[in-house]
Amino acid sequence: MLQINNLHVNIGDKEVLHDINLHIDDGETHVLLGPNGSGKTTLLMTLMGFSNYSVTKGTITYNGEDVTNMHANERAKRGIGMLFQRPPTISGLKLGKMLAAISRTKQENIPELAKSVHMDKFLERDINKGFSGGEIKRSEVLQLMIQNPDFVMLDEPESGVDLENISLIGTTIGSLLEKDKHLANRKKSGLVITHTGYILDYLDADKGHVMCDGQIRCHGNPREILKDIKQRGYKECLECRHA
Amino acid sequence: MPSRITTPELSKVDQARLAQSGIDLSMKNRCGSFLQMDQDVVHAECSQEEIEVLSYAKAFEKYAWLKDYNWKIVSPDKDEVTKYVAAQKDPKGYVIIAHKGSSNILPIQACLYLGKDQIQHVHNIIIAEEGAELHIISGCTSGAHVGKGGAHYGISEFYVKKNAKISFTMIHNWSENIEVYPRSASVVEENGVFLSNYVCMQPVKKVQMYPTATLKGANSVARFSSIVIATPGSLMDLGSRAILEGVGASAELITRAITKGGTIISRGHINGKTAGTRGHLECKGLILKDGVIYAIPEIEGSVVGTELSHEAAVGKLAKDEIEYLMSRGLDEDEATATIIRGFLDVKINGLPEALQKQIDTSIDEAEKSGF
Repeated sequence: MLQINNLHVNIGDKEVLHDINLHIDDGETHVLLGPNGSGKTTLLMTLMGFSNYSVTKGTITYNGEDVTNMHANERAKRGIGMLFQRPPTISGLKLGKMLAAISRTKQENIPELAKSVHMDKFLERDINKGFSGGEIKRSEVLQLMIQNPDFVMLDEPESGVDLENISLIGTTIGSLLEKDKHLANRKKSGLVITHTGYILDYLDADKGHVMCDGQIRCHGNPREILKDIKQRGYKECLECRHA
Repeated sequence: MPSRITTPELSKVDQARLAQSGIDLSMKNRCGSFLQMDQDVVHAECSQEEIEVLSYAKAFEKYAWLKDYNWKIVSPDKDEVTKYVAAQKDPKGYVIIAHKGSSNILPIQACLYLGKDQIQHVHNIIIAEEGAELHIISGCTSGAHVGKGGAHYGISEFYVKKNAKISFTMIHNWSENIEVYPRSASVVEENGVFLSNYVCMQPVKKVQMYPTATLKGANSVARFSSIVIATPGSLMDLGSRAILEGVGASAELITRAITKGGTIISRGHINGKTAGTRGHLECKGLILKDGVIYAIPEIEGSVVGTELSHEAAVGKLAKDEIEYLMSRGLDEDEATATIIRGFLDVKINGLPEALQKQIDTSIDEAEKSGF
């Protein structure tokens, strides 16, 4: 589904991602771990096509098509979607209006979907204005439910969410990634950033990667990597130079 | 239901322009109507009990006491505009009186249409007597082709009595060669509410106005809301002023201004003269193409216990907001229009749904032409 080859990314004049290589197959969910500031969000924003992140070398191929230089909306139309950790507040734009704009060509029942993630009372509110951490995440999940992407990137979906709502968000994301379907029928893929690992209880992740200083340093079983990091921290990852 | 207004002398294009200014010639959603074309009063009627819509001349024939409301809160000597209107031997305009306890659910529409190369002058007096509730939509427009240009001089005096409410929604739809000089003032008595809404999304050569609300009564309220777009060549010098005199009086002055190359001067002044009064002034501006937005908010407090605040911001569309919407599948133009639409979306507390919809329709029209 997604193939990243030798990807180098600049923010302004500074290179922040170096030689990223990643392959995610249909139906797979990968986890991206790493200390704060290591470049995880930068990678997701680059894959989504945000213009502040310029690819100086390498390629991003999605379903066989080179999307490296495509605008975000063209990538979205091809099935790439993202849950933002800190989405912008848009004064005056009501969440309901935005959802209607996203669902133009679809026949989604917006009030019903909003109710399912306890966001029905937020449809007349300005997007993200005064939303708590959990409300932001539920608003993001709701947008993704309508967008229904094939490749879902999740930037810390559990941060700021209380324990009660983690289950709701986790289950909803799980069904976005078709975790309720049999492995053979699962087509949707995901790339998840998490620090706590709570979300993994719902996502059944296949592979894990550790990112340090703008590089992917190692790959492996996500739960084992997480366990290791919980015990030993990132110190050794930072020192490690073997990707 | 009042009868349909016929304007056979108006072309289809100009009838559409009237509709764009919120004028419903079918009268389906209106309870009364006043239509002045150039200097001719074409129509004045109201089907709502205890509410009268009269031409200025007829009203003064009928009610001698109206002299007590004539040029009482706008001074005839204020400036060249007021002097010009005061000097007219045959004053035009309308008088709307909502008698004690009356109310209209469907608004009254007042239309001032400028079709010729000249100065159109009007003097309007609007009175909501004790306990009355009066909603008016004023659509001001010109013909698609007004020769070398024209001007509109409009005096309006609003009287909101005890426990009464007036909402006045003015939609301007002039053209590049028209100058507009409204001069208006209002006095609001105890528990009275005055809502003044101004929408101008279409080109105009110049608009200059600075309406003043004097909140005399205890717990009286005024809310001014302006939603404007200045196209290249337009000069919009807009202000609103609230003088807080009654104990517990409060005022809110809200402006959303967009320039696409024109100039907007957004003035505002709240004067808190009494303890227990509150006022807030807010101007938000977006510069889409090089033009000027000049916000001049003034708050003036002279006693302990008045609380006044202001907030002004002028900027451009944020790239991260546009790209956020693009990441949901909207193209750049759609994302931009969606954000602008939100920026202009001011919900006015206390405004009937029909009038809020009319304001929304004006914004929709502007959106269709890509803002």
